[in-house]
Amino acid sequence: MSFIAFLGAIELGLVYTLPAFGIFISFRILNIPDLTADGSFVLGAAVSAVLTAAGHPVAGLAAGITAGAAAGLITAILQTKCGIAPILSGILTMTGLYTINLLVMGGRANMPLLNNETVFTLSAALFGDIFYKLELLLFIVTLIFVLYYLFFKTQLGLSIRATGDNEDMVRASSIDTDSTKMVAFAISNATIALSGALVAQMQQSADINMGAGLIVIGLASLIIGDAIIKNKTITRGLLSVIAGAVLYRLLIALILTTNLAPSYLKLISALVVAIAIATPTMKKKFELKKLQKKEASLC
Amino acid sequence: MLTMKHINKTFYLNSPDRRTILKNFSLSLKEGEFISVIGSNGAGKSTLFNLIAGSILPDSGKITLDNKDITFLSEHKRAVWIGRIFQDPSKGTAPNLTVEENLAIAYMRSKKSHLLKGITKKDKAFLRERISCLGMGLENRMNTKIGLLSGGQRQAVTLTMATLVKPKLLLLDEHTAALDPVTAEKITELTQSIVSSEHITTMMITHNLTTAIKTGSRLLMMDEGKIAVDIKGEEHSKLTVSNLLERFSQNTKKNLNSDRMLLQYD
Repeated sequence: MSFIAFLGAIELGLVYTLPAFGIFISFRILNIPDLTADGSFVLGAAVSAVLTAAGHPVAGLAAGITAGAAAGLITAILQTKCGIAPILSGILTMTGLYTINLLVMGGRANMPLLNNETVFTLSAALFGDIFYKLELLLFIVTLIFVLYYLFFKTQLGLSIRATGDNEDMVRASSIDTDSTKMVAFAISNATIALSGALVAQMQQSADINMGAGLIVIGLASLIIGDAIIKNKTITRGLLSVIAGAVLYRLLIALILTTNLAPSYLKLISALVVAIAIATPTMKKKFELKKLQKKEASLC
Repeated sequence: MLTMKHINKTFYLNSPDRRTILKNFSLSLKEGEFISVIGSNGAGKSTLFNLIAGSILPDSGKITLDNKDITFLSEHKRAVWIGRIFQDPSKGTAPNLTVEENLAIAYMRSKKSHLLKGITKKDKAFLRERISCLGMGLENRMNTKIGLLSGGQRQAVTLTMATLVKPKLLLLDEHTAALDPVTAEKITELTQSIVSSEHITTMMITHNLTTAIKTGSRLLMMDEGKIAVDIKGEEHSKLTVSNLLERFSQNTKKNLNSDRMLLQYD
């Protein structure tokens, strides 16, 4: 792997740490796989692309975050106030967002951002070296990490963690679980949309399909991270997510150095997630079989 | 302090399975009373608790707590004043959160300011002190995940959580039924000592006649959604199992032995 490819992988790993943070909230803390992710990522990218094209890259990030939060809020409202099953509410928002995203980009499926000023060109002007992307992304990921760390220490943060663990207990403590879920989904999707907004400016284009399979990529990062650093606490959990996301991108970069077509990547990601989640159950079954065989041979 | 007036509750209304649980049910509790509630399965005990706690809403009637109408108030809002403990020890605590974090969440009832630090140093000391009152050594396991504790320990923590901020009313829904006899005895003792030292108005469902007679200052025996026997004051202190059963047969024209009552007494 060349140095440029290695650097690129680290950059991608950092920018895709953000959706993994978002998925960490929905999947690990709330115990709900939130499929809104695939749509809110593109929403962030689309909003950011439109504003970047208009000459406001920083406002593009802010608007992307806000739009993502709104998308998350809609999913949460469908779930809590309308009684729609969690998985389905995510699918509904994601599907609806497809149209919204097309509308945001003015009816086009693709929006190129050539020769526009982006947060990365701003960063290049500031740092003036080849690591300008890495430096900006490191700053943003650290900032989000610190914000998450502080947030989960607050009363609200603690209530959100408890909501995923035992809703009855949270309600018994006079806390409205509908609102804790709304806040959690809004934060989760805001972070995912921020990533979309950054990716659009980094790759200088937004595409209607750029979010496909994002949730699987995020889960793969979570699982790889969990294998490296056991996530006993929120802090360790978030650190493991960063490690997982970067390692996942390095693995992908390695795979790409072989002759395998990039179109295989989604299948590989899906397999990684399926195998990792299935392993504990399979292991148990295998051990039971072994035990039964041993018992049988003893008779 | 708690009054229930003319409460009606029917499940599966408009279907062949319709089942009226409470019919024109009225009850009034005095401040500081400790009421034991007994009755066979289907007598309406749990429905009664669910109505008071707000897990279900009545078809008609009115429930007030300290002269405030709470009939249609949402469950989490009335939880500020009503503490509830269930039979299942896993229901009252969040297994992946530590003992301290669980207590901190219960303690939030007293101070709601979402973006402040969840657990301050002062809170830590206070929570530790309260948990040490249980005499179970849990104050040394404040950072242990609750899921790793035994059922009895979890129920003791739940008891502390429910009374950490003094509730106006404490509902105990057979809270010792899932525990072994020795632990159940210990939790019953703890409950009595906390309830009496804090003067908490309490309602307790039990299936054990002896416990029902021994504990509390008032006894309600329910049958088919009605109060069959209501004993308090002087009479309560002289109550025995045999004259309770006698009273029950008199009032309901039923013989307990032939009934499907599942009550135990030792």
